[in-house]
Amino acid sequence: MRVTLKVLRYNPEADRAPHWESYQLEAEPTDRVLDLLHNVKWDTDGTLTFRRSCGHGICGSCAMMINGVNRLACKTLVQNLDTDTITVEPIRGLPVEKDLVVDMAPFFQAFKAVKPYLINDDPPPERERLQSPEERAVFDEGTKCILCAACTTSCPVFWVNGTYIGPSAIVNAHRFIFDSRDKGNGERFKALSGGGGIWRCRTAYNCTEACPRDIPVTELIEEVKRAIMVNYV
Amino acid sequence: MAHIHDVLIVGAGGAGLTAALFAAKNGANVGVITKLYPTRSHTGAAQGGVSAALGNVEEDRWEWHMYDTVKGGDYLTDQDAAEVFAKETIEGVIELEHMGLPFDRLPSGKIAQRRFGGHTRNFGEAPVRRAAYAADRTGHVILHTLHQQAVKYGIAFYNEFYVLDLLFDDDGRAFGVLAYELATGEVHTFKAGAIVIASGGYGRIFKTTATAHTVTGDMQALIYNKGLPLEDPEFFQFHPTGLFPLGILITEGARGEGGILRNADGERFMERYAPTIKDLAPRDVVARSMFIEIMEGRGCGPNKDHICLDLTHLEPDVIEKRLPDIAEFARTYAGVDPVKQPIPVLYTAHYSMGGIPTTLWTEVIKDENNTVVPGLYAAGESACVSMHGANRLGTNSLAELIVFGRRAGIASAKFAQTYKPHPLPPEASDPARERVDKILSSSGGESVSKIRKELQESMMENASVYRNEERLSKQVKIVRELQERYEHISIQDKGKLFNTELVEAFELGSLLTVAEALVHAALNRTESRGAHAREDYPERDDDNWLKHTLAYREAPGKVRFAYKPVVLGRFEPKPRTY
Repeated sequence: MRVTLKVLRYNPEADRAPHWESYQLEAEPTDRVLDLLHNVKWDTDGTLTFRRSCGHGICGSCAMMINGVNRLACKTLVQNLDTDTITVEPIRGLPVEKDLVVDMAPFFQAFKAVKPYLINDDPPPERERLQSPEERAVFDEGTKCILCAACTTSCPVFWVNGTYIGPSAIVNAHRFIFDSRDKGNGERFKALSGGGGIWRCRTAYNCTEACPRDIPVTELIEEVKRAIMVNYV
Repeated sequence: MAHIHDVLIVGAGGAGLTAALFAAKNGANVGVITKLYPTRSHTGAAQGGVSAALGNVEEDRWEWHMYDTVKGGDYLTDQDAAEVFAKETIEGVIELEHMGLPFDRLPSGKIAQRRFGGHTRNFGEAPVRRAAYAADRTGHVILHTLHQQAVKYGIAFYNEFYVLDLLFDDDGRAFGVLAYELATGEVHTFKAGAIVIASGGYGRIFKTTATAHTVTGDMQALIYNKGLPLEDPEFFQFHPTGLFPLGILITEGARGEGGILRNADGERFMERYAPTIKDLAPRDVVARSMFIEIMEGRGCGPNKDHICLDLTHLEPDVIEKRLPDIAEFARTYAGVDPVKQPIPVLYTAHYSMGGIPTTLWTEVIKDENNTVVPGLYAAGESACVSMHGANRLGTNSLAELIVFGRRAGIASAKFAQTYKPHPLPPEASDPARERVDKILSSSGGESVSKIRKELQESMMENASVYRNEERLSKQVKIVRELQERYEHISIQDKGKLFNTELVEAFELGSLLTVAEALVHAALNRTESRGAHAREDYPERDDDNWLKHTLAYREAPGKVRFAYKPVVLGRFEPKPRTY
């Protein structure tokens, strides 16, 4: 089939402002949007710039806004889009560095702020710490996160408020708050409760819809809110 | 810009991050350079499990694991490395758990374990549950857990830096790295007391591969260009079950959970090739069996060009809970629901057993006498300590990362204590800048993507699952011609900021270089062993070939070979049947 790929492009070395460029391409319905971007880059315009690595939705490099929705370019097939005009823009709320490449530093800063690692100063046993399958299941969803930023950069609060840590950081906090082996909730609740913290969430649900790993992001955020209230009030 | 660290690590996958943590725990100031972000590394795509004889589900012993690893490697495995590995992975997996890794659990609360290809109880009797796992995203949780620990320890990362050159002093000691920063186009200088290479494999030399676009053998190519050898580059693994036709990995854990490979007649054909462990035979055996089934006209589909992986007899809950990611891959990319229909699969380029030769403590060596290159270490897929021999067993690579990544961290931190700052002449960075300028200023007209496509397609045709003299000789010529054309590439993006077209050009140079080592070594080895199957030399030849290849680049297209004896010991080479 014939498709039109419209990409919002911006090269700070040459352009004063972002602008749209269109490419006419032959595509199979089963082609990924990433394949189309590669076709342009490899056959037509080598300056088209985007991040990618694994090509099958596990490395988290290629989150972009495709037909107005945050998705991974490698997990979005042409046939999923029900249209022959495909628009691709960078994810929102992070500074654009070139074309579809954004500065991820603020995103990872927020991730680090919630202390996203196991906190437990007890000397570990000789073998593994024991954890029941039920205890393990409670935080399973958060372990799927690939840090692609699709959720955080779909969040209206993140767009307008420069300091909100965003859904991804909260998902990664959830993964440890509900881990029976972790003892760091005091520190983590503090990081989550400040002005840029979890209470900024307005449950817009965009994050849940954006997650390419089908993590119920809003639900996890609500669970963290409840945990903080139960522990603080 | 210039940076100084005690230990500098190139690569931020499982081996690099483990090395970084253990170097930091041993007092070193650590810097990690990666051409990606750490969490984008290809370790994250590993699915099925990490091997360790924990014995959580049934009796298991490290000796059995060692035996399976040696036999799986078709006796080219160095047995001292296999012993270190099988013992230390037990502690390594426990340490991962202590770091917070979310393993699946047994009702007893212990780490869950599943079956995997080639892993057996009591020296080959029957499959054993040895692979510790987290659903089918074990590599993902290992990568993320190590990354979380790196955040905790405040490790310094240089993300999206591409390494252009390694610096050695007059005594041959490695002391620095030059790297190109993608965001700015600047070349940075790094000085270090010790350097650890942990940069992964080079699956992208082949057309059909389970590996990421960025798995391009950059550091192997750099080492080989410096006149240092690559060990056993002819041994490259094809994973039997890549999702057809894309090649995306479908974990062997699917067969570990009971999945069955079937041909067009619906026959469980592995019963004929490996009567004892059937679908759980090692990957080289299964890939070749599939090839034969297709060649003899029993392939599936209208074109009889693939095989079916049948999970439909499994409980839907097993698929959804233990194999959720691969179920989703099948639904997303092939439109197949594995609960109801078999998954179309075909072998896919997966893993290089060969690499930068090292000692048991990951020190890089430069000859058959194990002469160490001071200050230089390598671990993980980029290295060849030779614990995989001629064929790697599934789940042994994640385990390798933690065992030898840890050894690299400890050894490099210790060595770095002897560091004395090297004066760096300003011209030291000239060769690296020249590499950048040469491509940016070239108007030769050859296309990076066209050369890469020709390389990948011809390697698939001439140097993949089955090989012979005629096709390998042809491929030697093709690679050389492509290298000559590569000298005349030009790119459109001449900018400094995020010039990913330039990086793809560098990566193609790496692919062409490692492909050269592979095809020359494959042509040179006139026997069949593990993943290296020669139609014209179908038997293993222990009298002449029970030895490791060391491939040296004397000039482009001109390769010299030396040989290193295999470290034997506990297990005498025997015919390999399953």
